Amino acid sequence: MGTTQILFWFLTALALLGAIMVLVSKNPVHSVLWLIVVFFAISGHYILLNAQFLAIVNLIVYAGAIMVLFLFVIMLMNLNAETEPQKSIWMKFFGVATGGLLLSFFISFIVSSIDLKNKTAQLKEGDVGLIKNLGKVLFSDYVIPFEIASILFLSAMVGAVVIGKKD
Amino acid sequence: MQHVWIVLGVLFVLLNVAAGLIWVERRMLAMWQDRLGPNRAGPLGLLIVLADTLKLFFKEDWIPSFADKKIFVIAPAIVVASVLMSFVVIPFAPGIVVADLNIGVLFFLAMSSLGVYSIVLGGWASNNKYSLLGAMRGASQMIAYEVFMGLSLMGVVMMTGSFRLTDIVEAQRSVWFCFTQPLGLILFFIAGIAETHRLPFDIPESESELIAGFHSEYSGMKFGMFFIGEYLGVTLISAMTVTMFFGGWMGPEFLPGWAWFFIKTFAFILFFILLRASLPRPRYDQLMESGWKVLLPLVLVNILVTGAVLLYLKG
Repeated sequence: MGTTQILFWFLTALALLGAIMVLVSKNPVHSVLWLIVVFFAISGHYILLNAQFLAIVNLIVYAGAIMVLFLFVIMLMNLNAETEPQKSIWMKFFGVATGGLLLSFFISFIVSSIDLKNKTAQLKEGDVGLIKNLGKVLFSDYVIPFEIASILFLSAMVGAVVIGKKD
Repeated sequence: MQHVWIVLGVLFVLLNVAAGLIWVERRMLAMWQDRLGPNRAGPLGLLIVLADTLKLFFKEDWIPSFADKKIFVIAPAIVVASVLMSFVVIPFAPGIVVADLNIGVLFFLAMSSLGVYSIVLGGWASNNKYSLLGAMRGASQMIAYEVFMGLSLMGVVMMTGSFRLTDIVEAQRSVWFCFTQPLGLILFFIAGIAETHRLPFDIPESESELIAGFHSEYSGMKFGMFFIGEYLGVTLISAMTVTMFFGGWMGPEFLPGWAWFFIKTFAFILFFILLRASLPRPRYDQLMESGWKVLLPLVLVNILVTGAVLLYLKG
């Protein structure tokens, strides 16, 4: 196994562990911290795919800004077991059953319909993820979707300001 | 092998600078406030550095019984780790850089935005209302100011056409960016003070209102980590200002590059201390209002004008 493969399996294990701990942790603040670990692992994967811009923006936007706001809100809400509505055991059972069915459906769909051999990501190859190439592609081939996405962001921002405004 | 020496050398110099700043800051503050400052231990009181560090090591390292232990321990480590990671991309002299990433500026921004976790988590894990208030203020202040910290550097990036810090330094061979991007420089420096939460923007800890804010419950070397982290942060912002706006290692030939870098960085550290000695702390709402309503629009205007001028010069 080369270094790349060792890193790949390490990051995969870290991402899965983090994702499981997000669900298992009793304390919502701990869940948020494990989610940050997941983001770090995913950023590591992006770097392995040579998508440096995506990796660092994932850290800046998700780990650096959005999760801080998450923490902020969770700390202000003061969640604990007494104030949270408790679900009955039957609700939990049906939740697990439907979630499991959905997962098995996805897995069977992916296994049956996509040729996995040809879709394997190439590690450490390709330079589409470098800023220069990404910027050129975004502003030439995909300029209309890109602009539409920015208008979406703008409208979301205006909406947030309108909601947040005291009248 | 040379790489290992660079890493160790940078680490050694940075930790010593951070420790030495204890003495520099107290002597300078004393000078500007017309008193003597530390002057008993050793020549000019220089041994205060040793005494202060030893004191921190020997103090009882107490974890409050009501605190969230794991997070309480992790929080001070985050600030030092994230600041030291930022130094990875800074070129101290031609060839002396730990990792010359082609996303250098973005890497610096990512690491400095992670530093906020130490404040938020430290304040929350302490389980103390003053700490929590400090953490809340810290989180909103740093979120607000890191937005335009990144944007204020974009003018320089546009003029260079690269995120790599050595390219940015090389692009300043004829004229430093502090002359072509004066607004960017001022805005970056203001954001930098807010990011390191130094006076006048030390609202997360403001000892006259919140005891010591987010690190009220910390003692011993865990407090020492916050302390060292603050000085490293000051050094980082100074070094970054020099790299982005004041030509990095560039300077007349009679001194080597690293010496010029050191001198310029030290000048900015002194400026940080002078600000602390001379400016009062703004109110929390004033800080947020000036951030979002004045500084953010200014940054956007700066980017717009820079882009327009660049386009005009090209075509």
